[in-house]
Order: sequence, then structure tokens, then C-alpha cells
Amino acid sequence: MIAFTLNGRPTTVEVDPGTPLLWVLRDQLQLRGTKYGCGIAQCGACTVHLDGRAIRSCLTPVSMVSGKRVTTIEGVGETPVGRAIQKAWQEVDVPQCGYCQSGQIMAAAALLAEHPRPSEAQIVAAMDGILCRCGTYNRIRKAILEAAAGGA
Amino acid sequence: MFSLNELQRPARRKFLRDLAVLGGGLVIGFRLPEKGGRAWAVEEAVAGAAKVYPPNAFIRIAPDDSVTLIVNKSEMGQGVYTSLPMLINEELDAPWARIRIEPAPVAAVYNHTQFGLQLTGGSTSVASSWEQLRRVGASARLLLIEAAARRWGVPATACKAENGRIFHPAGSTSLSYGEVAEEAGKLPLPSEVPLKDPKDFKWIGKSLKRLDTPEKITGKAVFGIDVRLPDMLTVLVARCPVFGGKLKQFDATEALKVPGVVGVYEVPTGVAVAASGFWPAKTARDLLQIEWDEGEGAALSTAKLRESYFALARTPGAVARRDGDVVSGFKAAVKTVHAEYEVPYLAHAPMEPLNVTVDLRPDHCTIWTGTQSQTLDRMAAAAVSGLPPEAIEIHTTYLGGGFGRRANPHADFVTEAVQVAKAVGRPVQVIWTREDDLRGGYYRPMWVDVIEAAIGKGGKPVAWKHTIVGQSIMEGTPMAAVMIKDGVDAASVEGAATIPYLIPNVQVELHSPKNPVPVQWWRSVGHSHTAFVVETMIDELAHLARQDPVKFRLSLLPRTSRHHAVLQLAAQKAGWGKVKPAPGHAFGVAVHESFGSVVAEVAEVSLENGQVRVHRVVAAVDCGRVINPDGVVQQIEGGIVYGLAAALHGEITLEGGRPVQSNFHDYPILRHSEMPQVEVHLVPSEAPPSGVGEPGTPPIAPAVANALFVLTGKRVRRLPLARETFA
Repeated sequence: MIAFTLNGRPTTVEVDPGTPLLWVLRDQLQLRGTKYGCGIAQCGACTVHLDGRAIRSCLTPVSMVSGKRVTTIEGVGETPVGRAIQKAWQEVDVPQCGYCQSGQIMAAAALLAEHPRPSEAQIVAAMDGILCRCGTYNRIRKAILEAAAGGA
Repeated sequence: MFSLNELQRPARRKFLRDLAVLGGGLVIGFRLPEKGGRAWAVEEAVAGAAKVYPPNAFIRIAPDDSVTLIVNKSEMGQGVYTSLPMLINEELDAPWARIRIEPAPVAAVYNHTQFGLQLTGGSTSVASSWEQLRRVGASARLLLIEAAARRWGVPATACKAENGRIFHPAGSTSLSYGEVAEEAGKLPLPSEVPLKDPKDFKWIGKSLKRLDTPEKITGKAVFGIDVRLPDMLTVLVARCPVFGGKLKQFDATEALKVPGVVGVYEVPTGVAVAASGFWPAKTARDLLQIEWDEGEGAALSTAKLRESYFALARTPGAVARRDGDVVSGFKAAVKTVHAEYEVPYLAHAPMEPLNVTVDLRPDHCTIWTGTQSQTLDRMAAAAVSGLPPEAIEIHTTYLGGGFGRRANPHADFVTEAVQVAKAVGRPVQVIWTREDDLRGGYYRPMWVDVIEAAIGKGGKPVAWKHTIVGQSIMEGTPMAAVMIKDGVDAASVEGAATIPYLIPNVQVELHSPKNPVPVQWWRSVGHSHTAFVVETMIDELAHLARQDPVKFRLSLLPRTSRHHAVLQLAAQKAGWGKVKPAPGHAFGVAVHESFGSVVAEVAEVSLENGQVRVHRVVAAVDCGRVINPDGVVQQIEGGIVYGLAAALHGEITLEGGRPVQSNFHDYPILRHSEMPQVEVHLVPSEAPPSGVGEPGTPPIAPAVANALFVLTGKRVRRLPLARETFA
């Protein structure tokens, strides 16, 4: 049995400890906002927070989150940074197909939590691993800057 | 996907017929709103097959004044869940905030007005719905007015409707749409449905926020991969690594030992592993021992295909266009260029890998998937299950990208999923891994092009001979009869046979070799290669004639043409000829018409350690009347990014009949760090709307290649650019 905090609530799962967190979230815990895109940490669609840092859940064995705090797209709106990001995303109308956006938002929220006024270089460094096939990158950058300016 | 007049002309007649059918079937239902307002809440997916929608309605108005618009095009990012409701509501005039969206079930009334199938593609969603949906909205409004007028005992013509209310002629009383919806639904349809004068448009032409954004930023949007049914198993299929190969035998002993695995089944496409979730299914699939009969496809390689394509290009092909006489044209040549081009197979690589959920019962089959092609999927599911088409229900979820891949003319992913459901005997969700998706074929064809072109005295082109070699996409599909004529697949030569420049002698020929690699339309279809070839060659001729590439093009385009206008606009906005590019930077330009729209792009490019870097793209777009300007801008931005990813990095190569690339590490798509600034300028127009989903894609590769020529003096004639070395 593996116990951790998920979006602020204590959670336990009975599962092979080698199972990636992504599939525990999606198939066991019914939280499907976190997406599968590549399975090898190349696209970032599966990004969640582990103790506040952005990680790729597709390559993180669930055993590694034991005793830690996991935040997903379903819970990020409960944090001030997450709320500011989502508001800016709405304002700029970022998503197109939307499939990568959970990962984009989670990466952006972790970035702003660490660097409330990120530089261009910090934005690119934090976001470069999160792929978007629809080409929403400029709007993402704009929304991050708006959320930062809004004093998240 | 289909951009051609050939397909649209007979369809126009069909369109008028459909309008008649539609008129007979419009229902304004008296219905309580769905939970959450949308068919796609997860709990409803679970409730599943019991749900039946009125088969012929685009609008449902409830007594509480909520307005549900049923959208018959799939939302794959292109914004149809916003732009199509705008068309209806321009005439209906309900309060925008009350509008909810529901995806249409599969039914003839939801067929595409031009294609006669329920299908999203060809950058036609707005263009083909422009008349239809405004009439739907206007009909509903007339009925609502009529119902109110009858209640009041006044003539309908004296009443007005606005913002969800009908106003009594005296001005003292009003009724909401919801209050009269039930009566309105029982009235006969009006025979004459006048549409607004465009100068009175209230919504069309304004940038409205997308209606799907709130769900997409909270993780609530339900994509196909998010559907869950009670008792459902997750299935991964092991398919032959070589196209056209077959299963010989397999041993599932080790796979079956994985906890959570329920069974391993032979299916027509390979071996299916069914498990309690993705991870056990994937773990078990990796443990399968499979022997394949690879067949003749095993001999295929990119190198061999290339060789055979170039050999074919030296022989006469089917003639797609002949103007004047190229032989005598070349006699007048002062300078001649012979150029050979090559572009690779490309995978669509939508962020959401393919997946289909199927609940197959003895008398009914329910399918949940992000599809662009409901009618063909339904026919395929009927064929596999043996059920009548009416017994096949399709729920279209959000699509995590489509780009053409989710409109498979053979319904490949749906066919396989129903076969799997049949074998497993329980509800299944078949998921393709990223590797399955990239190696699964249905690629943009690999193309080889050869052009011989010449300029005469005065620097004007005098002859242009273009030979194209590549697989036909339409061959073997239901569209073949319309799209292939005299050996020419119109989708293979679009943008080449239709070259807009005034050249007296033009000949375009086509070879359509066959091989086992499945091919399919990929955002902008034939234009994805013809724009690259035509626009880099025109640029080459401009330099040969020692003329400015923009002025050269303008001199070869009719002054009143849309090409002329967008090219001038893009050049002006980019500062072409006025602003000196930064040191080490250069501008390149291209203009191309596709899907009824014309787009010009100017790219500002540099080389950083030999790597191509695109800093800025300025696009000018004529897509007729613009419905939602910000939505158009999104699509052009997206089209540019899609085309740029392919130009810089995209290629699927074959060795031993196997696709070499497997995931985003060796099939890179554009990243944040590679993203140029993009500016989009829209040409004001009162012409009917035309496509925007695809037309942004074709001009970017030639614009970048033309800038590279200015930078390096080297003509790039093959893609991707990552293959080239620049000093």
C-alpha cells in the first residue's frame, strides 16, 4: 500500500509500486485531467507537481511519491498561483485542442511558484519540455507573463 | 482534406437538397437541460447507451432559457464549438452566456453540406455551414416569434426578437424564448427564411472567447482516452512492424502472467492484450513473443523508394495541366533551371494518441472516440459487427488534435476497435501508444518533384514543366470516383496544377506509384508539398532574373487577384524592402492558395551554429468573411507551427519495411524554444468564408527555405531542413 497526499487529501493505493504515477492517477484514482502523450518524458502532457515541483508522471513510479504531496490539474486551481494561471489562460484564450494544456498549466504554475517574475529565459527553460502540436506557445508565454504581472 | 471544386460542385446540389431535409426536421425541443449542459460529462459517458438525442435538431431551448446548440463538426482545436454557434446565434439571437454545446450524434441530418457525409475536414466547417446554420438560427427565431404572436393574438410580423426575448408590438410585454419554446416546436417551418443583412451582424466579425476554454484549463474536458465504462478493459494491440505483414504465430505465456491481464486475443490487425488498465496491458504486450509474416513490404526502404521515384520522374506521367507548349517555350529560354525535390513521409502526431472505446452488444454498438469521420466510422463498425448502421451509435468526444489522421477513409482505428470488442466480449478501450501512433502509417505521402523552368528575355518565365511522383491518397477510398480523373488524383497536384502565376507554357504531370505504406491527408494535403516546390522555384526564377522576389511574383499575378493583395500586405507588414533584417538575418517569402483562402508569409530567419532559427513570421490571410477573428488568428498561428515543425524536423523514414522513428525524441515537433513571433493580418472581405484550419501551413516551408537562400546562397530542395548542413 502506498500513501501520499493528493490535491490536499490523504490517499492510499494498492498497486504494483513500479506502476507510473500517471496510470495510477488515470486508471486507479479516476483523475484523468493528467494526460498520456509519449510515455517517455518527451512531451510533458503528464506533468504534475511533486512537493511543488513539476515532474513527468509517466516515468515516475508511484512508489516514489510515497509520503509526498502530489498536485494535479484537478487541484492546482486551489492554489493562488494555479488560479492566476488559469485566469490568464482564459483571458488569452490559450487552448486549441487542449490536450497538452494540463501539462502546460502545471509547468507554468511550478515556474511561477518558484519565480514569480520569470524572465524570458526562465519561461523557455521551464516550458520547453511541454509540447503543443496546435502551436499555442506564444499565447502560453503571454498568459504566463499576464499571470505574473497580476501578482500571483 | 478535399479542397477541390470537382468535389464541391456536385455537392452543391446535394447541399440544397440537405437544406430541404433540414427544414423539414428542425426541432426546437422542450427538454430539460442535460446535466452540466453537455453530453460529455464523464458520468454520462458511463450512463452510456441509454441516451438518445432528437435525431434532427441543431437547437434545443429549455423552459429555463438555456440554449443547447448541437454541433455537427468535431472540435479538434480549430474552434468549431465557438464559430458554428456564432453562425446559429447571429440569427437566433439568444444571450451568448446561455449557450451550451453538445456534439451531434451520427445522423444524416448532420451530414456535411458539401460532402454528403458527417465529416470534419478540408478546412470547410465554417464555409459549408455558413448558409445552413444561419438559416437554422433564423428559422428558429421565426418560429419563436410566431409562437409568441399567436399567444398574444397579434401578427408575427409586428413582433421583434432580440437577446432571447420576443417583444409585443405595443412594447409593453415580452416573452422569453424558453417560455414559448414548446409551442414553437409544434409549428410548421416557415417557407421563407430571410437572412440578416451583413451590415446588421451582431456577433459575426467579433472576437469571442472560445466556449471550450474553461473545460480545457481545468482538466475537465473529456477526450476519447478519458472515457470510462463499467466493466471496461484497456487494450493494446501488437501490430506487424512491417506494413502489409501478417501474424504467423504468437506465445502469450509470459504476458498472461502479468497481474491485471484478462486475456490475449488474435485480431485481424495482430495480437490484442486486454487488461484492467493501460500499464498492465503495456507491460504484458512487451512480453508477447510474436512471429510475423512480413511479406513484400519488408523490402521497402526510403532509399529504394527514392531511387524508383526519381526513375519514374524521368518518364511521361498523366497530364494534370497543359497550357501552351512547353517544348517551344524552352526554345525561347534565356536561362533554364532543372531542380529535383524530395519531401518525406510525415506522421500527424496529434498530442492525444489514437484511441477508441467500444461497447458491443448483440443488438447495439456504442462507440466513443475523437473522430472527424462519423459516417464512415459507422459504416465500418456496422460491417465488422454485422449490425445495421442504425444500431451503431457514435459519441464524438473532444479530439486531442486531428490534423486529418482522425478522418481515416478506411476507418482504420474504429474498425480495429470493433474487431477487438468482438474478440474480447467486454467493453474495451483500445489505446495506441505514441510508438503505435507514429509507426502506424497513414502518413502524408513521400513526394519527389522535378521541375524544369526557364526565363526568357526580360526575365519573365516562359516555360514550366513540373513532374510529381507520390502515392495517391484517394485511391481505394470512397472519394476516388470524384477525386481521380484520367489517372490524376486531384489531391496530389493541388497547388501545382493550379499554379497562379502568368506563365505561357505550363505542363504538370503525375505518377502515382503504389506501395504498402498507408497514406492519408495531413494538414493541407497536397499543398503541403506543392507549395514548397512551387514557391521555392518561383523564388529561384526571381533570383535568376535578378529581381526582388516579391516584385517578381507581383508582376506575374493579376493585379486584382487575392494573391496580389495578400502578398503586398504581408510584405508591407514585414517591412519587406524597407526594413533591413538584423545582422545575420534574412527574409524569405511565399504565397499560396489552399482551401479557398490565400495566405502569404514572410519569415525572418538566421543560422545559429548551423541550425535554422526562425525569428518571426508575418502572415497575411484572405479567407473571405471572418467569423471569429481571434479564432482565425489561432488557426493561422497553429498552421504555421505545424508546417514549421515539419520543415525543420519532420520525417518518417523506412528501413527493412519498418518506420525508423518512434516517439518525440526522433520525430521532434516544434518546442517553446523554437517558436517564432507570429503576426497575422486579415484582409477585410465580404466574400463568403473559406478555409482557415489548413491554409496557414503550406507557405511556411518555402518562406523559410527562400530566406535560407538569401543567407547562404544554397537552394534547399529537400525537407526536413535538419538533414541539411549550412555553413
